[in-house]
Amino acid sequence: MSQQVFVLGAGMHPWGKWGRNFVEYGVVAARRALSDAGVDWQDVDFVAGANTVRNGYPGYVSGATFAQALGWNGAQISSSYAACASGAQAIASARAQILAGLSDVALVVGADTTPKGFLKPNSGERWDDPDWLRFRLLGATNPTYFGLYARRRMDLYGATEEDFARVKVKNAAHGLHNEYARYRKAFTMEDVLSSPMVADPLRLLQICATSDGAAALVLCSERYAKKHGATVRIGGLSTATPTFPQTIIEMPEFATDSSAQQPPPSHTFKESLAAGAYEAAGVGPADLNLAEVYDLSSALELDWYEDIGMCARGEAEGLVREGVTTIGGRCPVNPSGGLACFGEAVPAQAIAQVCELTWQLRGECGERQVEGAKVGLAINQGLFGHGSCTILLR
Amino acid sequence: MTHEESRPIGGQKPAIEGWFEGGEDAHLTGARCTACSTVVFPPTRTFCPHPGCASDAFEPVPMSRQGRIWSYTSASYKPPEPYIAPEGEFEPFTILAVELEKEAMVVLGQAVRGVTPQDITVGDAVELVVETLYRDEDGERTIWKWKPVDAPGGAR
Repeated sequence: MSQQVFVLGAGMHPWGKWGRNFVEYGVVAARRALSDAGVDWQDVDFVAGANTVRNGYPGYVSGATFAQALGWNGAQISSSYAACASGAQAIASARAQILAGLSDVALVVGADTTPKGFLKPNSGERWDDPDWLRFRLLGATNPTYFGLYARRRMDLYGATEEDFARVKVKNAAHGLHNEYARYRKAFTMEDVLSSPMVADPLRLLQICATSDGAAALVLCSERYAKKHGATVRIGGLSTATPTFPQTIIEMPEFATDSSAQQPPPSHTFKESLAAGAYEAAGVGPADLNLAEVYDLSSALELDWYEDIGMCARGEAEGLVREGVTTIGGRCPVNPSGGLACFGEAVPAQAIAQVCELTWQLRGECGERQVEGAKVGLAINQGLFGHGSCTILLR
Repeated sequence: MTHEESRPIGGQKPAIEGWFEGGEDAHLTGARCTACSTVVFPPTRTFCPHPGCASDAFEPVPMSRQGRIWSYTSASYKPPEPYIAPEGEFEPFTILAVELEKEAMVVLGQAVRGVTPQDITVGDAVELVVETLYRDEDGERTIWKWKPVDAPGGAR
């Protein structure tokens, strides 16, 4: 049994759009993580893959796919799909093996190659699939949901288009210093506010793109960490599902649950992800030095500040206006540049968040370094009740 | 602002059966668990969503015709397949999330043609109507939509 799980290595392939086979990107990231860890691939005893569902069979069995690509070494494997939380579920899988004493050193890999434009369902008619029906019956895309959340912030809390643009400008400035980011360009408020409207009030430059990319981690037991000098450990990891009734309309649903018979739980789904990780790690929002949150839209980042307890509901705009969440502020958010600079490579993204936390906690982030980083949080959410929150400690 | 009521004559069919009824009392059709009375929409669940209830028996139930806007947004670009756009140049439309008080739930739906995000605000009252979603070789396919109850051009 291992009481703690350490992050020994982190590696990424840059995000971009080349249309190459996802396995190529994954192997690059995996080899970088192994090299960063100083671990020989043949010593890895567990491979946790994060699946891609847009690349045929090999994508559904990613653990085996990457193990084979690196050269079969007899390792045990898992392959996880959890929408945007797939990478975190893969981390959780490897972590559980190590905690149970069934693995000493595990490799976690996620990679994707993604089509242009709106994310859309696989072809064919599927009248019993809400993710198909919401396109057919409503024309509700992913940005539709982001737009709903953003508009609510405006009408309830007085958020402005400028507030949302400010988040994009902040993240773009952070991403300038990240060699793995796809978009490394300083946007002005004017650039953002003059981009075309997609899902009112969200404009093109406020909605994340979809990208190719890959990220990998080497996790290990306490025993292995002692021999190899790891300093960063996983303090907590939650992959909780919602509790009935879910009161916030979520992709790809047509409606929320009803809270007529059963009152809503004390935490919303996203709050519960953070709460679970905080409790396991023994820290709270005041202890955070930095956070990586899933900025599918720049307005959504503001919801996340509140979900992770950085401030009360309705006050997130204040944090960004005051520079609290910019590098140099009290608790930078998305020092990596976030999805704003990466775009989303579904199975790799949650792993990339943890790579950033790892490098930040080790002090290896150069111009985007958060000073004195010791406690970092990564959080994300995907379709069909998926989500995760990971807290790293040094 | 106009809307087309669903008429039970040839050439008009719902884009999906059993989810809504047209006419003067147009409404969504939910499903109510016969064991614990939890209501769901769409009415296609097999198992009660309440984790404490193991029932799989539902009865159809008409849902509230009116609600309040929880939020709204636009579809400024044509959604990808399987969305079927009306013929001709793409016309942006508005999508609403509407809170139904009795059912204590939020339901999505397009706004009727001609309603833009600039015309509405969170909290506005809306009621359900039925309009054309698209036309195919068999005729019009209809869908539920939401129409603001107050006249447009009100103070914002």
